[in-house]
Amino acid sequence: MGKGGTLTAPRGRGHRERKRFYQNVSISQGEGGFEINLDHRKLKTPQAKLFTVPSEALAIAVATEWDSQKDTIKFYTMHLTTLCNTALDNPTQRSKMQLIRAAVKFLETDTVCYRVEEPPALAELQKNEWDPIVAWAEERYNVAIGSSTSILGPNIPASTKDTFVSHLASYNMWALQGIEYIITQLKSLILSMGVIDRHITVEKAVLLSRLEEEYQIQRWGNVEWAHDYDLCELRARAAAGTLFVHLCSESTTVKHKLLQD
Amino acid sequence: MAALGSPLRTLRGLLRELRHASGRAGRPYRDTPAYQHIVAAFRANRVTSEKLCRAQQELHFQAATYLCLLRSVREHEALHQEYHGRGERSPEEVAGLVGFRLPQQPGGKG
Repeated sequence: MGKGGTLTAPRGRGHRERKRFYQNVSISQGEGGFEINLDHRKLKTPQAKLFTVPSEALAIAVATEWDSQKDTIKFYTMHLTTLCNTALDNPTQRSKMQLIRAAVKFLETDTVCYRVEEPPALAELQKNEWDPIVAWAEERYNVAIGSSTSILGPNIPASTKDTFVSHLASYNMWALQGIEYIITQLKSLILSMGVIDRHITVEKAVLLSRLEEEYQIQRWGNVEWAHDYDLCELRARAAAGTLFVHLCSESTTVKHKLLQD
Repeated sequence: MAALGSPLRTLRGLLRELRHASGRAGRPYRDTPAYQHIVAAFRANRVTSEKLCRAQQELHFQAATYLCLLRSVREHEALHQEYHGRGERSPEEVAGLVGFRLPQQPGGKG
């Protein structure tokens, strides 16, 4: 902790755990938005900026993460805090367009478009579970996507990519950080749009993302310390990303100056 | 719209998770901003009824997502503690695993 009672979150997961040093967590409204107070100290980002969020509901959820810590602060469980830090610090220094392009590029290797031929049972499962969500995306966005068993993946028409680029451009920078996060977790742009558009639940999106793992688990059995561990972690991250995107896109929030690009 | 089930069930699940999540004794979970915000939101939108309009559906989806987050974080942490929390064994423990005891060397290794 630095002088003057400020707090910066440590960088990265390898950092030694920190004891919970505060009694009360509260929220206050400052000039820039909603702030988090740990006792009388104001929370800061890893780059020492004042931690400010544009949505009250988001601030409450972040405060809850801090208030849920028991003896030690487990930063790796605080996904919303991490997302806010990323939005505030933008450590990779990417522009809105760079984020959008990275997101749309994922379509070329989208999990739900990449099909196997062997074993037949898995191929069948992929067809039954993934065809509907691809069809939904094609209809919803009026694009052609398709799927492929080729090692090169599906051939996505430029017009399809353009449509998604336009669509994502309608989101503000904070929401885009969240969208890109969900995509990297689920390994699928289509599944991510599925949750963001509220077409499927987070649990369903995670299940579809992990279809092959689930297939293997059905066949060979579950290993709790690996499978369930990964499943819970993916659910937590996807849920955090989704909640983050929705809270940063709400009409009550969007007018906030933090979200003006 | 995603298949979400009963809003009342989501609400109950959420409140249960909030109860688990209150880390420190002393402050009842009903006093927390999260609890109050959620209860107020559900009340204002009367999401406990069966027929839902669009705003209610959006709120329900948000609540279900938050429930998923809280529950998954808790379950993940429980698994982490059970399987990955113990850290490395000390040399004494390792020796003990195969039935040995480390020799006493009061003067150090020399």
